Amino acid sequence: MNPEINIAQYITYVFAAFSLASALMVITAKNPVQAALALVLTFFLSAGIWLTLEAEFLAITLVLVYVGAVMVLFLFVVMMLDINMAQLRAGFIRYLPIGLLVAVLLAVLLIMVVGPAHFGLEQFAAPTRHAADYSNVRELGRVMYTVYVYPFEIASVILLVAIIAAIALTLRRRPDTKRQDPTQQIAVKRADRMRVVDMKAEAKK
Amino acid sequence: MALSDYLIFSAILFSISVAGIFLNRKNVIIILMSIELMLLAVNTNFIAFSYYLGDVAGQVFVFFILTVAAAEAAIGLAILIVLFRNKRTIDVEELDSLNG
Repeated sequence: MNPEINIAQYITYVFAAFSLASALMVITAKNPVQAALALVLTFFLSAGIWLTLEAEFLAITLVLVYVGAVMVLFLFVVMMLDINMAQLRAGFIRYLPIGLLVAVLLAVLLIMVVGPAHFGLEQFAAPTRHAADYSNVRELGRVMYTVYVYPFEIASVILLVAIIAAIALTLRRRPDTKRQDPTQQIAVKRADRMRVVDMKAEAKK
Repeated sequence: MALSDYLIFSAILFSISVAGIFLNRKNVIIILMSIELMLLAVNTNFIAFSYYLGDVAGQVFVFFILTVAAAEAAIGLAILIVLFRNKRTIDVEELDSLNG
C-alpha cells in the first residue's frame, strides 16, 4: 500500500478519535462554557475529517459559520444567563444507565447497518483523488447556481427570517427609559411651547 | 479508508448526542448543543456518500443543512433568552405553563 495514503488514514483516525472524545466532553461537561468550547473542538476536528473527504469549501464553511458565529452565539448566551448548574445537573446520575443503554444500543444497531459488511471497500471502492488543480468550490458553485438556484434563494430567505425573528424576539422596550422622539420634535408648533400673555404695562413703584 | 469507517464515525457521534439529550434532559442549552452534534453527524454522512459516489449533490445538501441549522440555532437561542427573561430558569421540567 502507498505509504502516503497510510498517513492520511492515520490522520483521519486521529481526527475521528479526538472528535468523539470531545463530543463526549460536550455532553458530560459540568459547565456550559466548557461544553461550548468542547463543541468548538468537535467542529474543528470534524472539519479536518471533511477535508480528507475533499469537501474543502464545506470544511471552511463549518469553521467560519459554526465556530465563528454559532458557537460564539452559544457562548454569549451561556454567559448572559445566570443559571444554577447544580440544579440543572440533578438528574445526570439517575439518567446515566438509560442514556448509556440507549446510546450503546443505537450505536451497535447503526454499526451493524453501516458496517464494513454493507459499505466496505468491496461495495464502495475508494475513488481516486482529484488532481491538484481540481476546485471543489468551482464544482459546488456550478451545481448550486444552476440546478439548485431556487433552493439557494429560499435558503437566503430563511436566513432573513432568522435575522428578523431573532431581533424581534429579543428586542425589548423598557417603559421607564427617557428618549427623544424626533418626529415630535420636528412637528412642534409655536403654540405648544409659547403663550403670549396680554397684559398692561406696569409702572415701577 | 472505506466508506464504512466514516459512517461508523458518524453513527457513534449520533449516538453520543442522543445520550447527551438523555443525560442533560433539564438543561436546554446542552440539548441544543446535542442537536448541533446530531446535525454534524448527519452532515458527515452526506459528505462521505458524496465523496464515495462521486456526486456533488450531497455537498449541496450539507450546505443547505448548515444554513438551516444556523438559522435554527439563532432563533432557538433567542427563544431561550426570552424564556429566561420571563421565567428566570431554563430547566425543562419547570417550563410547564402550558400544562393547564
